[in-house]
Order: sequence, then structure tokens, then C-alpha cells
Amino acid sequence: MIFDLHGFGPALLAGALMTIKLALCALSLGLVLGLLGALAKTSPYKPLQWLGGSYSTLVRGVPELLWVLLIYFGTVNLMRSIGEALGQPDLALNAFAAGTIALGLCFGAYATEVFRGAILAIPKGHREAGQALGLSVPRIFWRLILPQMWRIALPGLGNLFMILMKDTALVSVIGLEEIMRRAQIAVTASKEPFTFFLVAAFIYLGLTIFAMIGMHFLEKRASRGFVRSAS
Amino acid sequence: MNWEIIVKYLPKLLEGAWLTLELVAIAVLAGLILALPMGIARASRHWYVRALPYGYIFFFRGTPLLVQLFLVYYGVAQFDVVRQGPLWPYLRDPYWCAILTMTLHTAAYIAEILRGAIQAVPPGEIEAARALGMSRAQAMFYIILPRAARIGLPAYSNEVILMLKASALASTVTLLELTGMSRTIIARTYLPVEIFFAAGIFYLVIAYVMVRAFKLLERRLRVDACQGR
Repeated sequence: MIFDLHGFGPALLAGALMTIKLALCALSLGLVLGLLGALAKTSPYKPLQWLGGSYSTLVRGVPELLWVLLIYFGTVNLMRSIGEALGQPDLALNAFAAGTIALGLCFGAYATEVFRGAILAIPKGHREAGQALGLSVPRIFWRLILPQMWRIALPGLGNLFMILMKDTALVSVIGLEEIMRRAQIAVTASKEPFTFFLVAAFIYLGLTIFAMIGMHFLEKRASRGFVRSAS
Repeated sequence: MNWEIIVKYLPKLLEGAWLTLELVAIAVLAGLILALPMGIARASRHWYVRALPYGYIFFFRGTPLLVQLFLVYYGVAQFDVVRQGPLWPYLRDPYWCAILTMTLHTAAYIAEILRGAIQAVPPGEIEAARALGMSRAQAMFYIILPRAARIGLPAYSNEVILMLKASALASTVTLLELTGMSRTIIARTYLPVEIFFAAGIFYLVIAYVMVRAFKLLERRLRVDACQGR
């Protein structure tokens, strides 16, 4: 080991695990939100279009850090009143839940645009073919549009996931014990800020490389049976 | 919703918004200057020219801005050389640390945008410039860069908006920009929803104005006319 970690190695690894967990939870929430947003934005109903559009515009225009803080500190009163109604007066969002919601919300807003692009990229004839076969609207989406969407949306989603992974560092601000928070704790004990923040940086780099490799395989799998266009 | 509180603290929030604008403006301009040589080197045909900017870009795009900010603000103090060096008064100041980090961070992204833009310049135009007897440097300055600037401008405007949002991180090193100011106000008033709401509106308005301004600039530079290749 080049770096003397003063025995904080396992703590940092636990932090990395927490970061991965947070990223995956936020990803799941974000994918659902993004899909709903894209469906709303491409639907023929004006109010739904407006809803999807304002979701993606509003969320994308406000910093991720502000969302994290707003959801963590801003929901205290709301959660308390819900808790009182349920008979549990000290109900509150913990840092993990708040981080998941905030990051999922931000991921979903960007994913809305990615999914929308993918939906629009599917030839109209496929939908019409489904209608001609007498498939219902949900079935057309589930069986025809969604499987084809993945292939087109995957590169965009991959980029968003890399951004999401780096944004998990923001949740350290509200005290979740992920990589950054663990590094900060190690810094207070060891007085070696450069060493530990650099190690944290390398862990993030490692995670990014890992995600890149994963994306490569997913993309390869999603585009099987398709000839790569010559470009 | 307690509107009076928002109105009462509006001047404070405006002050924070001004610092946010200042940070973003300096970072994206200094980042552009830093990114120019890097983007050109990154688009080079020789691997040894590409390698160094590639490593730089990989590091700064692969790690969170928060880590970079802490590395600069808390990290460099670990070395006595820095603490006794002439730059210490600046590196001790959160303002300069935030500007330095944001500049280095955004430069990596802008360099990558620039590389894409340079490589998207139609080869025929470069060949035409060379055929007219321009040297490589002349072709770069009179043909490739002006053309790449127009190709890369929409991506650059996206990067500016991303930096506007990234500037919220400066609040973690005690700077009182829009987010930092909101947090201090909340520490005094205990009204997180109202104040964060107001701050969010500020960010939205700033982002909207920036998008409009870039659209105007795109029209002035006739970007759409250049896209039709």
C-alpha cells in the first residue's frame, strides 16, 4: 500500500459499499420516475405533457445539493404530521432515504429526456403494427416500445449513471456514512486531509471505471443482432 | 408558506446569488482559457500529445467535484511546503479555492467538448485551408477554431448551466453563495422549505436567463447556418 491509511481502510470500503447501495437505490427510483416522465411528456394529453415537462425543467434547473438539503431538512414537518396521523410521532426521513429520493428525482428528470428521445426514435410503424394486431395500448408499450427503447436509451442512461455516482458524494453533507463522510472522519482523526481525500477520489475513479465496463457489456448485450452502422 | 420571511431575506439571497454568478462567470471563462490548449492537444494525432490531457480529463471527470474541492481546500494544507509558500494566502481562502477547483473541473469538461467540436469540423474545410497555402497554425486559428467554437457552443452553454448548479458545492467550504446563504438564513429562522424554495427559484431564473443569453449568442454567431453540413 502506497498510502498509510492508519487503519481506516475497512471504514472506507464500508463507505464505498454504502455509496454503491445509494447509487443503485437512486437509480431504481430514477428509472421509474424517468419512464413515467417520458410517458407523460409523449402522451397525447396536454395536462400530462405539461406535468412531465415541468418536472424535468424544474428539477434540472435547481442544483442537486439543494434538492438533497431541501428533502432532508424540508420534510421534517411533513413527516412529523404524517407520523402523528399514523401514531408514530418521531417519524423522519433518514439520510439514506432523503439521499435516495433527492438523487432519484434528479436522475429521473434527466432520464425523462433520454427516454423521451428513445420513444420518439422508434418508428411510428411499429406502434401502428401493434394496433393493427389488436394489441391494447399498455401491451404495445410493454411488448413493443419498451424492449426497443432500452437499446437506444442505454448510452444516455450510462452517462447519467456516472453523474449519479459522483453526485452521491453530496449526500455526505447530510451525514450519510458513504465514502466522503468516512474520509472526513478519517481526516479529523489522522490530520492527513490530502491522503484521505485522494484515496476517496481513487475509489470514485475505480467505481467509474467499473461502471464503464458494466455499461460496455450491457450495451453489447442490448445491441445484439444489430449491425453497427459504419461511422 | 411564510412569504414575509422570503421577502425579508430577499436582499441577503440576492447577495448570495451575486456571489454564485461571480463564481460561475470566473470559472467558466478561466476554464475555457485553460481548456483551449488542452482540447487542441486532446484532438492531436500523436498519442504522446493526447496522453497528458487525457489523464487530466479522466481524473477530473471521474471524481466528484466535492472531492476535488476538499482536496484543494483541506488537502493541500497537509504539506508544509504549501503552507510556507507564497500562494498560501490564496489557498487558505475558500473563495480562491472554490474558483480554482471549479475552473480545473470545468476545464476538463470544456476540453472534451472542444475536442469533439474540433473533430467535427469537416475535413474538407481543413484541406481547403491547407490547399490555400495556410500553415497548420493558421488553419487552426482562422478555420478550425472559429468553426469548432460554433459547433461546440450549444454544449458549452450546457456546461455553464451545469457549473451554475455545481457552484452550490462552494457552500460546503463556508462560502456564502446562494445555497450557503440559504443555509445560514435557515440556521437563524428554522424555515427550510421557504428559504430553499426561494433559492431554487433564484437558480431557475438564473438558468433561464443564461439559456436565453446563449440562444441570442447562437443566433448572433449564426450557429444553425453552420450546422448544416
